[in-house]
Amino acid sequence: MNEADIKSAIFAGLRQIAPESDPDSLGPDQKIRETLDIDSFDFLNFLIALHDKLGVEIPEADYGKLTTLSEMTRYLTQRS
Amino acid sequence: MVVIQTAGEPTAKPTEIPGPAPAKIAKPHASLLARKIASEIGVDLSKLTGTGPGGLIDREDVEHAASPTPAIQTGAVRVKISPLARRLAAELHVDLSTVHGTGPEGIIERIDVEKAATTKKGGTEKSGEGMRRAIAAAMAKSNRESPHYYLQTRIDMSSALKWLEETNQKRALKDRLRPTVLLIKAVAKALRDVPGLNGFWIDNEPHISKAIHLGFAISMKGGGLVAPAIHDVDQMTCDGIMAALHDLIPRARSGRLRSSEMTDATMTVTSLGVESVFGVIYPPQVGLIGFGRIMEQPWARDGMLGVHPVMTASLAADHRATDGHLGAQFLDALNRHFQSPESL
Repeated sequence: MNEADIKSAIFAGLRQIAPESDPDSLGPDQKIRETLDIDSFDFLNFLIALHDKLGVEIPEADYGKLTTLSEMTRYLTQRS
Repeated sequence: MVVIQTAGEPTAKPTEIPGPAPAKIAKPHASLLARKIASEIGVDLSKLTGTGPGGLIDREDVEHAASPTPAIQTGAVRVKISPLARRLAAELHVDLSTVHGTGPEGIIERIDVEKAATTKKGGTEKSGEGMRRAIAAAMAKSNRESPHYYLQTRIDMSSALKWLEETNQKRALKDRLRPTVLLIKAVAKALRDVPGLNGFWIDNEPHISKAIHLGFAISMKGGGLVAPAIHDVDQMTCDGIMAALHDLIPRARSGRLRSSEMTDATMTVTSLGVESVFGVIYPPQVGLIGFGRIMEQPWARDGMLGVHPVMTASLAADHRATDGHLGAQFLDALNRHFQSPESL
């Protein structure tokens, strides 16, 4: 999986949990949850979807490392 | 995989909740449910004749009074509709012939009308209008009739979060518990200790509920909120509550709640990403508990200052039904349950 695949998986996941929002408008260093108004349950579902798609294990302690697009892309690229 | 068990058997506490001395005015003989519905939809019980046992006014009588004819004609087609839905449709100017009923036998329910009210407007700007009006009516009633008192306390969440982390470590992503589950469970347990806040204020008297159905406030995308009931939450395990939330939240957001979920809550829980919450009670309930965000804060203990994850819990309660002393007992019980998370 390259970075582009991972980005598209992230965007697909975000569109699924926040259909009315526009992930394309998200800046690389903007906080995803705050910017797209995603609550903790939706965020968890989003992580579950990413896990299913990419097969990456995400320990709970790492949730805090996944707040922006660039953080998330880096984290998932390193582990997939 | 660990199986989380709830602590021992629920012990019914013989706590007597002293209600205000009942006023000796002749009151219509009506069931609690009937009173609740009558108060919600604005039916005067004293004008009704009960058809229940011993002339008791029951739910059917109230609903009948709200809608003298059980079905209405639109063109040649008979429309089946619940009285509550019909009243709402009139308020929201919804044409019933355009509404698709999703209740038993295609009966139009309140939720169908709300959905029709939001879709008929088209466009996202007005999509929350029906819900906005419903919230406006409930909150105005609460502010008008219910004298609120507020109590708040800071809760050290170290033990609870540590327990949660240990539990979640052994679990796959999709089985992990969110802190929200602990909030709900702790409130349910505290209500069992201090039941006076679990119930309603109807016809100038408190009605304490034995069953604990917690309403959980869910914000809607694009505005508005609903607080559907999670039934008998005190008897659920943490896993059960987590599953219930996974089921409830998407249904709430897509307008697929059951009518019992819309009406049965005996107290409401709200959790927001702020420091503390000052809530408005959802009538005829008598209490609402608000949780702020869990934040690292300076915390002094045993003469030492440390940094702990701390959460502010605040109670908004109806002073007609309870007093601050009882509210304080409730918050104290709540705190205690957070300090022994393994028994939650």
